[in-house]
Amino acid sequence: MLGFLARRIARALLTAVGVVSAVFVLVRAVPGDPAATILGDQASPEELAALRARLHLDAPLHEQFGAFWSDVVGGTLGRSFRDDRAVSERIGEVLPDTALLALAALFVAWSIALPLGTIAARFRGRWPDRVASTLAVAGLAIPNLWLGPLLVLLFGVVLRWLPIPGDDAVGWRGLVLPSITLGTALAASLTRQTRAAVADALARPFSIAAAARGLSPRRVLLRHALPNAALPVLTIAGAQVAALLSGAVVVEKIFERDGLGSLFLDAFFARDIPIVQGCVLVVALVTVAVNLLLDLLYTAVDPRVRIAS
Amino acid sequence: MRLGLPLVIVFALLALVGPWLAPHDPQAIDLAHAYEAPSATHWLGTGDNGVDLLSVLLHGARLAGVVGLLVVAFTATVGTLIGALAGFSGGRVDAALSSLADLLQAFPGLVLNVAILALVDAPGVRHVVLALCIPGWVLYARIARAEALRLRQAEFVQAAVALGATRARVLVRHVIPNLLGPIVVQATTAFGGVVLAESTLSFLGLGPSDGVSWGALLDQGSAVLLRFPHVALVSGAAIALTVLGFNLAGDAARDRLG
Repeated sequence: MLGFLARRIARALLTAVGVVSAVFVLVRAVPGDPAATILGDQASPEELAALRARLHLDAPLHEQFGAFWSDVVGGTLGRSFRDDRAVSERIGEVLPDTALLALAALFVAWSIALPLGTIAARFRGRWPDRVASTLAVAGLAIPNLWLGPLLVLLFGVVLRWLPIPGDDAVGWRGLVLPSITLGTALAASLTRQTRAAVADALARPFSIAAAARGLSPRRVLLRHALPNAALPVLTIAGAQVAALLSGAVVVEKIFERDGLGSLFLDAFFARDIPIVQGCVLVVALVTVAVNLLLDLLYTAVDPRVRIAS
Repeated sequence: MRLGLPLVIVFALLALVGPWLAPHDPQAIDLAHAYEAPSATHWLGTGDNGVDLLSVLLHGARLAGVVGLLVVAFTATVGTLIGALAGFSGGRVDAALSSLADLLQAFPGLVLNVAILALVDAPGVRHVVLALCIPGWVLYARIARAEALRLRQAEFVQAAVALGATRARVLVRHVIPNLLGPIVVQATTAFGGVVLAESTLSFLGLGPSDGVSWGALLDQGSAVLLRFPHVALVSGAAIALTVLGFNLAGDAARDRLG
């Protein structure tokens, strides 16, 4: 088990290092000159050269690469081109906002999808199933960049129940619409997965045997089918992390929220390379860590996975 | 739910002939008539700078169609070949290709797209297509690999090997034709996903600067959402209906082929 654990962790770290190195190279290939972007058109060549030297943009690529990793190990992740603050500090400020949004969205997604998918599987082919499937198809098709404005119009402008994006949208009332916007697509795909997994478990011999022993359909579902359906549903939770972080970029823009996504986008337009790299690094680490955690959870719940690998 | 195919056909027709049907130039500026409600001259109303929304949507359909077609064609072809090769060969080739796929899939697609698009100063259609292609082939490769692993054990494949067919011939003549079903299903659904991804990039301000995009229109619409909601409504509806159409068509294809 320990060897298995070590292999998984090593592989996860290797993935993170690979992604971050690739992004380092990609970002350095930007044709625009960050120094020129920061100083504007009026800057003299001397000022440009001085700034480039201060930002180490004139160093050979391999030296920049070494400096970058020592910043990573040192914990600062480098300094912002614009205000010279440590990147980790900037990211640390906005990370809780994005984490809160992501957790709220996950809560929305799971609390819709698990009951809906289970009911759909229990009443397969009948009207609850058709309702659930229709909702799932609709939820998958509606893009979050449209759902967000629609929700704002309905609940912010027409009904006036919740604040419209801006300074007033603070606290939990400001979090409701963004988390629904981010959670809907996740809920839709999770509903489908739950339905398939529960339907599959209900068709297995152990469920049929339980029903034959005289257990109520409710008990078969709750005690026998659901625990066995948990594994495949867990698996796609890993894929959802990536979707959540992508979606956060869009949702934070729509709702004018601070967060990793808006920091990332803003830094990109300003060519603030250290911030961009830092965001990508954090995203990579979060993704890899969550997938690793799920892998280990999966293995702990189902020993067959361990033996197979 | 038999809406899928009709929606896809309507989208395809509009993408094909839309720009010729457009009543106005989608970039014609008419400041006196900005943000007007639908009228006889402007069926869907006007947007920022008085552009005719119907014309923008029709031109946007062409862009979405072109990007979707290019990305799906490229990613499906490359992904199928890579996946089939990995699954059929096994061993080191499989391990190397699978780690590359893991690396790309572990990462949020949008973040990767944005990182790639920042390489160019004013991204054009071809840059957007490229950005979407780089992570896009992975899912096809996974499907093709799983199918190839299964087909490797199939009797007709073993028979072909026993008859002395070369590996390349077995792969091209026996393995790949038999794994195309799930690939077609995936490609159908993915087309909607590509349209959505292009719109999202344009919405974030990273779309093609040389084209008219639904996402860019939605971005303008969101900025004036509280005063002129019709701009965001029509552009978002176009995106949502297209994605819905391809999702439903993908489901229908899965029932037939999957």
